[in-house]
Amino acid sequence: MADHFDKGLGGLESGPERTAEDASYRGAATEATHPSVTALRDRFGDAILHHELHAGDEHVVFIRPDRNVEILRWLHDDERQRYDLLADVTAVDYGGGRPLQVVYQLWSIPHKRALRLKAELPLDGLEIETVVPIWSTADWLEREVYDMFGIRFRGHPDLRRIMMPENYAEGYPLRKDFPLRGRFSRAEQTRRALSFDLADYYTAREMAVMEDAEVRQARQAAPGSVDFPADVEGSRDPRDAGGGGGGEESG
Amino acid sequence: MSKRTVEYEVTRAGRPGLRGAAGVEARPITSPVLPAGVEPDLRNRHMLINMGPQHPATHGVLRLVLELDGETVVRCTPHIGYLHSSFEKLGEYRTWNQIIPLTDRMDYLAPLIYNVAFVAAVEKLMEIEITERCKVVRVMLMELDRIFSHLLWIGTTAIDIGAFTVFLYTFQRREEIYNLHEALTGARITTSATRVGGMMADLPPGFTDELRRFVDEAMPRTLDETETLLSNNNLWIGRNKGIGVISAEDAVNAGLTGPLLRATGVDYDVRKDRPYYDYETYDWDVIVADAGDNYARYLCRMEEMRQSLRIVRQCLDRLPDGPINVDDPRVILPSKTDAMNDMESMIHHFKVVMEGVKAPAGESWFGVESSKGELGMYVVSDGGSKPVRWRVRGPSFVNMSALPQMVEGHLVADVIATNASLDIVLGEIDR
Repeated sequence: MADHFDKGLGGLESGPERTAEDASYRGAATEATHPSVTALRDRFGDAILHHELHAGDEHVVFIRPDRNVEILRWLHDDERQRYDLLADVTAVDYGGGRPLQVVYQLWSIPHKRALRLKAELPLDGLEIETVVPIWSTADWLEREVYDMFGIRFRGHPDLRRIMMPENYAEGYPLRKDFPLRGRFSRAEQTRRALSFDLADYYTAREMAVMEDAEVRQARQAAPGSVDFPADVEGSRDPRDAGGGGGGEESG
Repeated sequence: MSKRTVEYEVTRAGRPGLRGAAGVEARPITSPVLPAGVEPDLRNRHMLINMGPQHPATHGVLRLVLELDGETVVRCTPHIGYLHSSFEKLGEYRTWNQIIPLTDRMDYLAPLIYNVAFVAAVEKLMEIEITERCKVVRVMLMELDRIFSHLLWIGTTAIDIGAFTVFLYTFQRREEIYNLHEALTGARITTSATRVGGMMADLPPGFTDELRRFVDEAMPRTLDETETLLSNNNLWIGRNKGIGVISAEDAVNAGLTGPLLRATGVDYDVRKDRPYYDYETYDWDVIVADAGDNYARYLCRMEEMRQSLRIVRQCLDRLPDGPINVDDPRVILPSKTDAMNDMESMIHHFKVVMEGVKAPAGESWFGVESSKGELGMYVVSDGGSKPVRWRVRGPSFVNMSALPQMVEGHLVADVIATNASLDIVLGEIDR
């Protein structure tokens, strides 16, 4: 019975006993050093804060957030690094007022190597330089991080919310201090969902194109007046314009 | 233009409106701007059109706002988030095994790949080495679902472009895969077939025979029929060749993976470059094309299905006997007989069920080659039974973000063809 206990309930915390074979499996996957980590330390010195090894073979390098572009550009361009695929940009919030981590998951197609970089941002300074000029894939990934965590990416070409609507005012959903059901009551959420503004459905550029089309149509309908006639203005449903700026008649 | 609020308005004087249920009057739909007989002047002007969010050719609730110059797309902006339910946040409130049902709701076209990828990340964090039989079964199921997903892709894409018959052929085969899912898990789409340390259940009796019949007889015939219908079809070639082109360099820079990347000539396949579950021991080829257009993607996916059939056949040949679940008390329940007969086993059973599996503090990233590209599961644990962070690097999300690059400068009709060739699934894009 004692054996049985050790294997079952007793093993609940410790897991199964490791045999020599298991150890060799673990050992095979573990690489204590990563060529890029050594190279990064040599080149950037104090911008490389520390280095962790996770789950056997995953190397995580913590970098200073104010030098992220410099470091990532070098990892992308240097012949011996060539991290040409930015697999992911995300963030981790551990809660309790601890800093948010921005995570860059890199993969080098020519050298078949993975590397993860992390930059820690204090809660009162959630801003970091964008990497869109290096990898265009960062565009949407950074927008998602901004949407979900509220981290601003300086120099991003189009930093808008991506999943949540543009007028979403409850905060940043993946932060630990954000309650699972949101901050507003169900009634308030419904009210807001029903009072979307036309501008919430379109980007600024799209609004400009739409306005252009509307002004043109109005001018055609009533020569000499650029603005809508008052009664027409009042009766227009914004959803009509949603069907396409000049699309009402041409449809 | 001043901002206007979308509200129900009372009709203006002289034009009686329809009275709505809530007591407000809805307006009749008229075109308020142009008098009858006047055509809008569209010369040298750009026009906006909305494609979606409920357009049948957007493959889900996707909205594309196109800025057009005549019929040429000047700018394409995808607006996403209509299906957003924050799976990643939900995951932080669930134990490791409870997250599995969320994963197959992301990509309901290849649910088993997502099930496996998630538990593989947790197993890597817990340093669990699954059994030989489980490895082979997982590879077999993942390749089966790759076929499952590609079949839907070819069927619906052909419909978008106007070829209806292919849809009927491929959905017959999909029906057989649905039946295999059902035999294995009881569910046809939301499989939730994996558990940390193994599978929900071993393969049911007769499963391998049915699967062998499927890969040896039914599937090759359907693939041949589909290729006969499409490969040399003038309309199919006209709508796909030279459309949606992206260069290899741009594709890598935009983060494209899977058949989209391989169609540009880059031979990156997670199964070959970072092999998991002994993929390196199977005999199969990475399929690469070089044109980078819609037609090349079609050829890649068709050939990938044949390679998947090869892998499934090898899985069936080598399927070893033995336990499907790992012998690890941290994650696997004691047998029902033990749990009913001795106290320690019952407590053990209770603790695993009520407290959930506990993963050690740390983090792990596990990437698999899903039917749509590289699927990365990133899990962060603080040692508890729920994740601190569960992140899904979805291939559809990243592939979708490159759509504007591929369609700007093309015609509206090419947006449909190119969007179809991306093989997106909105459940995973919107999460």
